[in-house]
Amino acid sequence: MSVNGKKPKFAMYWAASCGGCEIAVLNIHEKILDVDANFDVVFWPVAMDAKYKDVEAMEDGSILLTLFNGGIRNDENEHIARLLRRKSKLLVAFGSCANEGCIPGLANLSESGEIVHTAFNTLTTDNPYAIYPRTSFEMPEGEIHIPEILPTLKTLDQVVNVDYYMPGCPPESHQIAAVIDLVVQVLQGKAELPPKGSVIGAGDSTVCDECQRLRNVKTITSFERIWGIAPDPSLCLLEQGIPCNGPATRSGCDARCPAAGAQCIGCYGPAEGVLDYGARLISAFASVIDAEDPAEIDHILDGMVDPVGQFYRFNLAGSLLKAAVPAWRKRVPQPLQGALRPET
Amino acid sequence: MTEQFEPTIIGFTCNWCSYRAADLAGTARIKYPPNLRLIRLMCSGRLDPTFVFKALAGGADGVLITGCHPGECHYLEQNYKALRRFQLLSRVLQGLGVEPGRVKLVWASAAEGARFASEVATFVEEIRALGPLHWGIAPADLPIVSELVPEEVVA
Repeated sequence: MSVNGKKPKFAMYWAASCGGCEIAVLNIHEKILDVDANFDVVFWPVAMDAKYKDVEAMEDGSILLTLFNGGIRNDENEHIARLLRRKSKLLVAFGSCANEGCIPGLANLSESGEIVHTAFNTLTTDNPYAIYPRTSFEMPEGEIHIPEILPTLKTLDQVVNVDYYMPGCPPESHQIAAVIDLVVQVLQGKAELPPKGSVIGAGDSTVCDECQRLRNVKTITSFERIWGIAPDPSLCLLEQGIPCNGPATRSGCDARCPAAGAQCIGCYGPAEGVLDYGARLISAFASVIDAEDPAEIDHILDGMVDPVGQFYRFNLAGSLLKAAVPAWRKRVPQPLQGALRPET
Repeated sequence: MTEQFEPTIIGFTCNWCSYRAADLAGTARIKYPPNLRLIRLMCSGRLDPTFVFKALAGGADGVLITGCHPGECHYLEQNYKALRRFQLLSRVLQGLGVEPGRVKLVWASAAEGARFASEVATFVEEIRALGPLHWGIAPADLPIVSELVPEEVVA
């Protein structure tokens, strides 16, 4: 697939993310040399200097592969997502943030103004004059801008078309290496790309399917927290009352957390066919509770202190509701007409 | 001028009890408000919480879940499963800022046509009092950046 002897172009970008995805890419060790050998890296802010205008100057569709990590938190992220979409043949939503919002997506529980306020004017911030950032400022040289926060964090495919999805927080390095191997083979004509829209670098089953722990019929009478008990090292964690997200989470990580004695928190996102990750877990957890009396059920559920955090830690922005009410109200201004409030 | 708000409510019934209750209400010509759109499942235990989220995200103002009375499930104990899911789901919705009253669980046997109708009427008024949820009017993404570019896939 090399054109006129030139290497195909590769880009990687971070939007609202922590940088862990970039570390995961570097963690493929010497495989990174394959990337260099087969690709011309044209844009990768964490690794090399490049300006947005350089990307803007490129021909449309001239980048073969772009790994995009991070959610769309501000208008700069959105601009670059659209720009890279235009310039790339293959755009991969790389890592949980780009796929489903991940931890930055938890900000969708709050109204965006409140988030800014918390960041600039709380006990841990020394801001005696309550100075808040302005997104534009008139300078003698002209108006300058900083990015503006969006009402909610969006996933990459809520903004542009995405060709492939690669989940994980971050994607496991051996999965990244396998994907790079595949792309290199495609370049050499030895393999074919999976159908557009596929999830790559992950399994198509659940974490439970990869988990080595022993499973029986589950009936639980209380929810436990992982630090509160000494879990049996070989028995299913959910069976011991520890809310393990394995039943709804996509496989691909080799069930590392349960193997190490920690519950799955769901970083690989929804398993194949799961429309709403939290809903699937509500279903799974409620099914194993051993109680039929509403008061007793409530008492057991009290043991799960933060259901939204439990179910949507990684998936809020990508869930069916996408956000909590305060954030959603701001994202979708209430209609002026047809707002049929009850007569009072 | 304010018109009366007419809520959209999605209702789930089980094949064996609550759907028959609704049917009985119909054959007995008992009137209840037309705001409810019924979906028949084989059992309330079939109710995946996804259905509820999808209904709300798609524009419903409320969701009514119905099933056989406790102890009378055609599939022995699946309505208890529905009960537990409902209780956990309510907590999650509350965490997301959705009034818990927007999703309600009601038991109705096949003989309780009148009860079914009156429960529906009550629920419609409860939702009317809560007002519209306005989730469904949201297009997946409102354009925010002014310089929008066409986003066709280039490949």
